[in-house]
Amino acid sequence: MSENEKDLTIESYLEFLRNKKLMGTKCKDCGAMYVPVRKLCIKCNSTNMEWIEMSGKGEIAAFTTITVGTPFFVEKGYGRNKPYCFSVITLQEGPMVSGQLVGVDESKPDTINVGMPVKATFLETELKGETRVDLGFEPI
Amino acid sequence: MGKLARKVALVGAGMCKFGRNFPLKRNPDMWVDAWIKAVETVDNGIEPKDIDACYVGNYSSDLFNHQGHLGPQMANLVGLTPKPAPRFEGACASSGIALRQAIIAIASGVHDIIAVSGVECMTEVSTTQVTDVLATASDTLFEYPAGATFPGLYAAVASAHFHKYGTTAEDLMRVGIKNHENGKENPYAQMQSSIKEMMQKKIARLEKEGKDVPDWKDEFDYLKSASNPIIASPLRLFDCSLITDGAACLFLAAEDVAKKYTDTPIWITGTGQGSAALSLHDRDDLTSFIATKESARQAYKMSGLGPKDIQICEVHDCFTIAEIVAMEDLGFYEKGKAVEAIKNGETKRDGILPINTSGGLKSKGHPVGATGAAHAVEIFKQMRGIAERNRQVKFDVERAMTHNLGGSGGTCVVHIYQK
Repeated sequence: MSENEKDLTIESYLEFLRNKKLMGTKCKDCGAMYVPVRKLCIKCNSTNMEWIEMSGKGEIAAFTTITVGTPFFVEKGYGRNKPYCFSVITLQEGPMVSGQLVGVDESKPDTINVGMPVKATFLETELKGETRVDLGFEPI
Repeated sequence: MGKLARKVALVGAGMCKFGRNFPLKRNPDMWVDAWIKAVETVDNGIEPKDIDACYVGNYSSDLFNHQGHLGPQMANLVGLTPKPAPRFEGACASSGIALRQAIIAIASGVHDIIAVSGVECMTEVSTTQVTDVLATASDTLFEYPAGATFPGLYAAVASAHFHKYGTTAEDLMRVGIKNHENGKENPYAQMQSSIKEMMQKKIARLEKEGKDVPDWKDEFDYLKSASNPIIASPLRLFDCSLITDGAACLFLAAEDVAKKYTDTPIWITGTGQGSAALSLHDRDDLTSFIATKESARQAYKMSGLGPKDIQICEVHDCFTIAEIVAMEDLGFYEKGKAVEAIKNGETKRDGILPINTSGGLKSKGHPVGATGAAHAVEIFKQMRGIAERNRQVKFDVERAMTHNLGGSGGTCVVHIYQK
C-alpha cells in the first residue's frame, strides 16, 4: 500500500508524524482541507477524501507561555522557572493546528506575536525507553 | 420547534458553602446541605414524594473521587429513590445541561417536578491532578500533546482577543476586581474578600514580619506584581477561577402545579444549548465562542426577548477573558466593546447591567459540575430579592440570564428567567 492509500484514521496521521511528515486530508469534491485527519468532509458530507502533505509553514493564530503545565510537560522539565509555549498555528494551506512553539524566549511572552511566521518541526521525546514524536513549530 | 409545550417554573434554589470542603464535606454531604437550603426557599414546602426525578450534573467524580454512577447515589440521599436519577456531563456545563434536560422533560409532560443537582468535589486530588482532569475536557488527542492546559486554552483565546481588539491585561484585571467585590458580599463564596483587602492584608503581613513593603498604590500594581504570578500568559493567578468543592440544588415545577409551592414562581422562558469543535484549532474564530452564540440565539428566540431586555446575568467567568468574550457573544456588547463597559462600571452591582453579582467563578468558586446550577441559585435569589448582605441589586429584577460554558467552549447552555 502506498503512503497515500493509508486508512484515513488518527493512527495513520500519527504514524505520518512519527515519520516527520505533517499530513492533512483534502476533500476531492469541494476542496476543503483538514488537519488533523477527517474521513468525512463536514463542509459537503463527502467521503471522497485524500491525504495531502502540508508545507508546514504558517503563522501564529494564538499562543500562551505556560508555567503550570500538564504532567507530560512537567516530566519534560518545564515549570515555573522554565515555561513552554502552546500555540495554535494557521497553516499556509488554511487549516489551523496545535503545537508546541519552540525556538522562542518563553520567559518573555511580549517577544512572541500573533501573526509571526513559523514552520513545522518534529519534537522527539524519550519516554519510558520509547521515542515519541510530537508536532511543534519554530519561528522562520 | 424551539418552544416549550408547557411553562416551567423555578420554585426553589439553594447551595452549600463553596470552598475547599474536602474531607470535612464530600459530594454526598454537600449535596444534602444544598438540598436543605433549597427546600427552605420553597414557600409552601416540598417533599420527596412530590418529586418525579432527580437530574444530576457532575463533570468527573470518576477521576476526582473514584466514584461513578452518581445519579442514584444523590437521589437516595434525599429520599428520591426509586425515581429516575440520570447524570449529565458536559464538562463545566454539566449542571446547566441537567437543568435544561429537566425543563425539557417537564415541558414534554413526562414529569411534573424535578430536583436538579449540581455537585463536584475537586480538592480530593492534588492541584496537578486537578489540572490534568480538567485538561481531559479539551482535546486530549491533539491539544494535550501540544501542552494545552485549561488556563492555557483560555490564554490562547486571550492572545487572539488582545491582537484583534487591543484588549489588555488591565482589562482582565478589572473583571477580577469587580467579581471579588461581589463575592465579598456572598456568605456562600469561597473567597469573601476584595482584591484590595487581600493586598492590604499582604502589606500588613510583610510589615509585621519586618520585610520590605512594596509601594503598591492600587490593586493594579498588586495584580501586576510577583504576588500574582503568571499561570499561562497573559493570564495570571487572579485571572483564574478557583479549585472548589460545592453543590447546588434547584426545584423545577410545571405551570399546572407550580402555584401549589409558591405565589411567586420564576419562569424559565428560554433554554438553549450549543456545541463547538473540542479543539480551538478546529474553530473558525478564536475570539468568540460559537456555542455561546448558538445557545443564546435559541434562548432569546424561545423567550421572545433580546440582549437589551436582560437586566442581570451570571456569566461563566472561569477565566477573566471568558467574561469579556461572553458579554460580547451574548449580544450585550459589540465585539471588542465589552472592556469599555467594564471600565465604565456598567457591569458592577450598581451598574446598568450587573454581571456575576454572586462573585462569579472567580470569587464564589468553580466546582465545575455544580456551577451551572449555582448560577441559577444566584438568579433565583436576586429575582426574589433575598440575596445576602449587600449583594442585592437595587432594582426589581424581572428578566435575567445564566450562561454556563463547558470546557474550552465545546458546550454552552443559556437560560432566561422571567417573573
